[in-house]
Amino acid sequence: MPAETTVRRKLKPIVAMNEALDAAMAADDDVVLFGEDIGAYGGVWALSKGLQKKYGELRVFDTPLSECAIMGTCAGAAMAGLRPVIEIMYVDFMTVAMDQLVNQAAKIRLMSGGAFDLPMTIIAPCGAGTSEAAQHSNSLEAWFLNTPGLKVVMPSTVYDMKGLLTAAIGDNNPVMYLWHKALYDLEEEVPDGVWTVPLGEAAVRREGGDITVVAYSLMMHRAMAAAAELDGRVSVEIIDPRTLHPFDLDTVLRSVRKTGRLLVVHESPLRCGVGGDIVRRVCEAGFELLQQAPQVVGGVDSPIPFSKSLEDAVVPQVSDIRAAIETMVE
Amino acid sequence: MNFTADELKRMYTTMVLIRKFEQNSIEIFAERMKRGDFPGALHSSEGQEAIAVGVSSQLRPDDYVFSTYRGHGHAIAKGMPINKVVAEVHGRATGASRGYGGSMHLFDKSINFMGGNGIVGAGLPLALGTAYAAVKRGTDQVTAVYFGDGGASQGAFHEAINMAAIKKYPIIFICENNQYAATTHVSVNCPIEDIGDRAKAYGIPGPVVDGNNLFEVVDTAGAAVSRARGGEGPTLIECKTWRHRAHCMVIPEHRPGKDREHWANRDPIDQMRDHLTAAGIADAAAIEQLDADVQEQLKAAVAFMQDSPFPDPAEIAEVVYAG
Repeated sequence: MPAETTVRRKLKPIVAMNEALDAAMAADDDVVLFGEDIGAYGGVWALSKGLQKKYGELRVFDTPLSECAIMGTCAGAAMAGLRPVIEIMYVDFMTVAMDQLVNQAAKIRLMSGGAFDLPMTIIAPCGAGTSEAAQHSNSLEAWFLNTPGLKVVMPSTVYDMKGLLTAAIGDNNPVMYLWHKALYDLEEEVPDGVWTVPLGEAAVRREGGDITVVAYSLMMHRAMAAAAELDGRVSVEIIDPRTLHPFDLDTVLRSVRKTGRLLVVHESPLRCGVGGDIVRRVCEAGFELLQQAPQVVGGVDSPIPFSKSLEDAVVPQVSDIRAAIETMVE
Repeated sequence: MNFTADELKRMYTTMVLIRKFEQNSIEIFAERMKRGDFPGALHSSEGQEAIAVGVSSQLRPDDYVFSTYRGHGHAIAKGMPINKVVAEVHGRATGASRGYGGSMHLFDKSINFMGGNGIVGAGLPLALGTAYAAVKRGTDQVTAVYFGDGGASQGAFHEAINMAAIKKYPIIFICENNQYAATTHVSVNCPIEDIGDRAKAYGIPGPVVDGNNLFEVVDTAGAAVSRARGGEGPTLIECKTWRHRAHCMVIPEHRPGKDREHWANRDPIDQMRDHLTAAGIADAAAIEQLDADVQEQLKAAVAFMQDSPFPDPAEIAEVVYAG
């Protein structure tokens, strides 16, 4: 693949992902892409724009509206040695494909005694904030994290969306690549070319000494906004894990060693959620580093309702994160 | 379909091996259960041997096969060494899946045996993937996928056959209709007489055959494989059959006696034995010898299993994820 160059330009998430796919397909004939509306139309999010024309209908194609069949095709093709990438139009639609993901793709390596690798990537947009109501707004990463055999990637920046997708496609396991729909119009200055962001390496988004905030996907941006509002009063360190499995615990512990305080923020439900597990891991590995009880800000115990006033009330807002930080520090 | 005398004898002995293997496994499991051990689930394919052997006779070693939880026969017929089958069913490190899969999850990458499945009907969507891979690579490999009369009630059945028909994927969908999904009669699962008729909805052939007649299975599977290899698309084959035993070991026999008698007179191995004798290929003494050879082979496999170690838990993490 062409290396990262020094030329910089503005890039949006979908173009970044499209470029990562393009480069992966150019480099490896085994990389194929399919799903609903992915072929002729170029994907409802424009994920595959131009790719069928470039790589042909055998490598980029439309499927029937059958998520179970799409996931099965993906897993079977991976068993046969291809490196398939599929788009599930909304992560909410994963429910229809869950058996093929959870009972098949995630388990076949183990059930075969390690004989079959399943190098496959599932790209699915997630999250609330677009007024698409209860069945088009979920954040389901906790389900996938509770499924041994899967890896889970949740990028927050355009740079990471491109670099992590390249890494996911190159990985020899099933990878859930979940990008947040509310970041669709994010624009970021990035280098030209192609790069890889390794799975399992967190990024320190903001350095600070008073409190460690672990936040990913859209919540990383909201945590950054909250930290900016508190600038001069509270020194907030923000860690973006970027991938939830594998998880870079070392970077979090290094930060907590400095701050003594841990707050985890995520949009998915609080109950049995990602934050609870991150807190568990920090407590097990570095309880003595903590000056006070760690906290989690997460989605409330509700499906995502439609009306904007309701939708905003069930997922963490900047003000919620700011209040949690203030309560912990002051 | 023309077979040499040796080929016919080999097909017969494979059927006998499957049956004797199933009987032997049940004996070993029953013995362990008597000791208060729970050795796992075991789903016998006794009575269905002609389907596995007939279909496999039409496949090449590089063709893909997806199996079910009643899949020992599929594996043996595809060419999985009996030692690996016995060792896996009894959880040994020398088994087909190194003891990680068990009876329901026999895998063998070297013969493209893509595994059994504990989820009813779940092999059908996976079959789309290997079939697509063959098309994409321009090989003429065929994918065969087995499922039961119960599996035909799953959404996965309809999604997979629909997509395979649209894409003209080289798949043969083999429905082993043994009349019962666990304890539920097929009439409770399907509103029409023949599951094969569902093929019409997808515009593909849906032949219905006597699954206990090896030669009917061979001819029908052969035509479906030719069609698939020739790029003409998938076929749904319904094989009417009967398993000798109830769903699995812990479910007592519940099926009507008159049905059991009806099928007892249509046993596939008895039919094959009669054919070999009538065709002058093997007389009673020769058949006895073939049976004895199979028994020896199985005995050696059981000894191999008993001498094999159990898998080492220290390896679990590296089996779950690829490096």
